[in-house]
This record gives sequence, C-alpha cells and structure tokens, in this order.
Amino acid sequence: MAIGWFLAVSALIFTIGAAGVLTRRSPLVILLCLELMLNAANLALIAFARMHANHDGQIFAVIVMVVAACEVTVGLGVIVAMHRRRLPIDVDEMQELQG
Amino acid sequence: MGEVLFFVAGIGAVAGAIGVVAVRNPFYSVLALVSHLLCLAALFLLLRAEFVAAAQVVVYAGAVMVLYVFVVAYVGGRDEPLGPRAGSGLRAVSAIFGAALFLELCVATLGSGLQLIDSDGTPAPDSFGSPEEIGSLLLTKFLLPFEVASFLLLIAAVGAVVLARRRGGLTAVEEQARYSAMDILRPAYTGTMAEGVGGRHTLPEATVTNTPQEAEDAS
Repeated sequence: MAIGWFLAVSALIFTIGAAGVLTRRSPLVILLCLELMLNAANLALIAFARMHANHDGQIFAVIVMVVAACEVTVGLGVIVAMHRRRLPIDVDEMQELQG
Repeated sequence: MGEVLFFVAGIGAVAGAIGVVAVRNPFYSVLALVSHLLCLAALFLLLRAEFVAAAQVVVYAGAVMVLYVFVVAYVGGRDEPLGPRAGSGLRAVSAIFGAALFLELCVATLGSGLQLIDSDGTPAPDSFGSPEEIGSLLLTKFLLPFEVASFLLLIAAVGAVVLARRRGGLTAVEEQARYSAMDILRPAYTGTMAEGVGGRHTLPEATVTNTPQEAEDAS
C-alpha cells in the first residue's frame, strides 16, 4: 500500500479524536479520545519511518506510547480523586479549579 | 494481500474510533478502543514495525486498557447524554471544526509534495523494525530518551498514588476489622499501608459511609 493511505487513515482518526474531546462531557471518554489522537500521531510517525526506511520514527512512537501511559495514569488518578471527593464526573460542571 | 489487510484493518480502526466517540456507556467506549488498538497494531505490522505492534498489543490493549476498565467500574460508568449541554450550536461548531481539521491534515500530509508518498516506501532490509534493531538503537543512539522515559514512568506512578490515595484514612469499622495481634507487638506507624497513607485519622461517619448515589439522594 502507498504511504499516503496510511496518512489519510491517521488524519481521519486524529479528527475523530479531536471531535470527541470537543463534544463529550465525561473526563473518562475525553481521556480515551486523547488516546485516539496519540495513536493517530503514532501511525503517522511509523508511516514516515517506513517511507524513509529509518528506525527513528519507530523509536519516537515507542516514547509516545510511554508518555501516553503516564498521561493515562495521572488522568485516571485525578478522576478517582474527583470520585472520592463526591465531585461530579462531568467537565462542564467542573468549571472552577477549587480544591 | 496487503491491500485487503490494509482496508480491513483501516476500516476496523476508524470504526473503533467512531465507536469510542459515539457510544454512550464509557465501558463500551473502552471496549471499542481495544478493538481500535488491535486494528492499529495490524496497520503497524503492514508498515514493518513489528516491535511497536507487539508493544501496542501487550502494553496498550493489555495493560493500559485494564486500568481504564478498573477505573470505569470504580467510578461507575453511567450512561450520559451525548454532546454538550449548552445546545446544538456548540455541537455544530465542533463538527465544523473537525471537518476543517481533517481537510487541513489531508492537505498538510497528502499535498506536501513528498516524492515517496505515493510509493510503498524505501526498500528496507528484512530486519527492519525487528526487536533486535529497536533494542540496539534504544541502548545506543537513543539511550538518553530511554532513561528519561523510565524516569517519567516512575514519576507518573508515584503521582498517581499520591493523587488517588484515600486522604481521610479508614473508618472506625474498617479500622477494627483489620486489627490483629501484630498491632499490639509492633510500634505505631511501622506496619500497614493504611498507616502509610494516614490511616490513623478518621473522618466523620457521614462523609465516609455514603455512596455517591446516597449523597445525591440526600441532596
């Protein structure tokens, strides 16, 4: 397959993820949509690595996966803390950053 | 063969992504993301990234998604209405934004004039993307990012524990339930994990025993 097809799929997935971040209200689903966007970026990185037959893009993708795992851990920790404090699990109602 | 595999995996990945955004129940969103990740791993294999595909399946679809499922089960994944509460105006704006973003990304990647973009890529040796190659690169050329990533993982693990710990400690009932003979023998604050996160302090009963549903009913 031509590399351009992979880039088109990557752009489509990134767009779906961005639209999800904008429209959904639950922070859990927003984190999932962030994952979608990071994965779309990973797909583009690996497609370009294949295009140039160079490993650097693949290493970059692995590091992106590590950063995504960290982001998930901290984000889910925040959601659990919100649940413990009886705060609403809804980003529209969390309008003020008060503790 | 490659084309068939690409279209099956690509359509699966896009369908999984749409499922994440369009399903009401967060639990099904997580399951859709798992299928999306598996299809994406197939795409990675088509691009000769064997190690990244394996890491994607094992680390992402395996470990990270289990964490998601646990948190959804803990928080209580209730169905929520789709879309912003403020009305359909914001939804239209976000749809327009998404379409514009897709157009822009297509123009930026496909219209970039890269000569190799319509080809199958530069011919690569058979060992391209194998764990051996990635491993030797991680330990030679990319040693610093590798170490920084491990440090970042450590910081994230500690940060998650600090964020999600139980601040008020155990209730009196839980405290008695975990009382054992060792508690008499050992000095205070040397034993349990509950003490480590401040378990000797108790909150007032009302704030601890209520489940979220009960708290909502009361208010």
